[in-house]
Amino acid sequence: MIALGRVTIVTLGGVVAAALLLAGLNLLTPAANALHVPDFAIPLFGKYLCYAMLALAVDLVWGYAGILTLGHAAFFALGGYMMGMYLMREIGARGVYANPVLPDFMVFIGWNKLPWYWYGFDHFWFALLMVMLVPAALAGLFGWFAFRSRVSGVYLSIITQALTYALMLAFFRNDMGFGGNNGMTDFKDILGFALNRETTAVGLMLASAGALAAALALARAITASRFGKVLLAVREAEARTRFLGYRPESYKLAVWVVSAVIAAIGGALYVPQVGIINPSEFSPGNSIEAVIWVSVGGRGTLAGAILGAIIVNLGKTWLTSALPAVWLFAFGGLFIAVTLCLPGGLIGLFAGRRRGAEKARGTVSERQHGPAERAPRGVVG
Amino acid sequence: MSAADILRLDRVSVSFDGFKALNELSLALAAGEMRAVIGPNGAGKTTMMDVITGKTKPDAGRVLFAAQVDLTRLDEPAIAGLGIGRKFQRPTVFEPLTVHDNLLLALGGDRSPRFALWARESAAERERIDELLHTTRLVAERGRRAAELSHGQKQWLEIGMLLAQDPKLLLIDEPVAGMSDAETAATADLLGEINRSRSVIVVEHDMAFVRSLGVTVTVLHEGAVLAEGSIEEIQADPRVVEVYLGR
Repeated sequence: MIALGRVTIVTLGGVVAAALLLAGLNLLTPAANALHVPDFAIPLFGKYLCYAMLALAVDLVWGYAGILTLGHAAFFALGGYMMGMYLMREIGARGVYANPVLPDFMVFIGWNKLPWYWYGFDHFWFALLMVMLVPAALAGLFGWFAFRSRVSGVYLSIITQALTYALMLAFFRNDMGFGGNNGMTDFKDILGFALNRETTAVGLMLASAGALAAALALARAITASRFGKVLLAVREAEARTRFLGYRPESYKLAVWVVSAVIAAIGGALYVPQVGIINPSEFSPGNSIEAVIWVSVGGRGTLAGAILGAIIVNLGKTWLTSALPAVWLFAFGGLFIAVTLCLPGGLIGLFAGRRRGAEKARGTVSERQHGPAERAPRGVVG
Repeated sequence: MSAADILRLDRVSVSFDGFKALNELSLALAAGEMRAVIGPNGAGKTTMMDVITGKTKPDAGRVLFAAQVDLTRLDEPAIAGLGIGRKFQRPTVFEPLTVHDNLLLALGGDRSPRFALWARESAAERERIDELLHTTRLVAERGRRAAELSHGQKQWLEIGMLLAQDPKLLLIDEPVAGMSDAETAATADLLGEINRSRSVIVVEHDMAFVRSLGVTVTVLHEGAVLAEGSIEEIQADPRVVEVYLGR
């Protein structure tokens, strides 16, 4: 437990340090300097950090409560849409049609009045509140029905997949009022800071690093508490927890909603950095990818989810430009390889080695920690 | 049937797709009593446990706890909260958690997520866990993960978890299945100790073990009570011999 607590701290420090280093090298070194970080790398790394938040959210429910979600990108995308609505309204009269209230796409489809659900999104604080409230409400409703009727395992996975697919189809429709197929783009600024300025990009990337660090600290506090122990108990033997007097559904619901909010905040930070949000963010494949990041990094370790998301996406960025045709095969192969050869993920490899080394020095007895190869499945707190 | 009965099943019937798992089963357990329940496979022993603990809702009949509460209207956590503990046939403990944490989660107290989020282990909880580790002979295993325990130790840990709940009534399904002779004898002692302060129902196949308990035996057959009495009376009953012991 102590060793993995250390892994969490190292990951937290590593994420913040990497973000600060990239920011410094980008802003403070001249472009000719060999150490200069090019401008494009800043939002790219910011994007990875947002994906890492999604992965963290998936790990919290999958790794600790055993809920294999195949629809978590839905919460990520919803958070993104809430932020997109704010950014659209920030454009104001600077749009192509110069309408001070209506976003361009609404003018284009002939609407002349702002729908009620767009009210308030001209205020940043309101949008921020909605970024958390809307996904939390959806997760709460979905979870309340699913967990109360004891839907679990593969059936639950399937309905999470259906949830994100249904949302994708809904958001594709123009008359939903979210920009249909094209979604929302052409954002100008956020809180008055122009999005095309380098300092804004750096600020957003650092904000993502901060949000990720806070989410990791929160998730770690939850999993290390007695609540976290009950979650593991539910994951391992749900019926047993019931006969002990616990209501697994309320535990699952609580962690499910927290996880949805973490994913949503990731999505909200993602949108201003990539400059667009459209219904493809809901596509089922995105949610499945997030599950793969978690298994590559190491399920049930939190830190592993973050490492997995960053490493896999680094690989994706590199491979899709170097050998675009190979990416999907490499990704599928990676998933199979990790499942077969590395069930504890990259973190499991690390924790196993570390434990082996400590044992060799005689500092840790077998009795305290158990066989190293079991480490990734155990209590990670 | 007296008012002192801690548990009374009153003409309980359960059927699954036409198969009558329990057929107007009536049974009474006095407060403080230990009862052994035996019967061939499919006699309804596990279904009876399921009905008492709220896992299965009966089609007809009532299950009265402490002469007041009808258990058929409650779900599992509510029934557990009343003070009914259940031990599964296969040892079911929380494998990734330590022995200590397994007992901690079982201790009586607030079961709400909000409480669990902020809960700190109290000195009283620590003391109670120490006691339970003693009772179940697991003192040396406190910090080990439950997954690493032997089969017999897992059985004891599960019994320890039941004791931690401080139940009034314990339902125990085949506690000595897969145990060595020494472990079986130790388990009989442990159950005797538990029975000093609680009512117990034990379902068991092992006749030597049932005899060593020295308590009233109820024989189930086709979802109803076939015979009831001491082990000697039961073994002398020709109907019992025919359906169960004779085979």
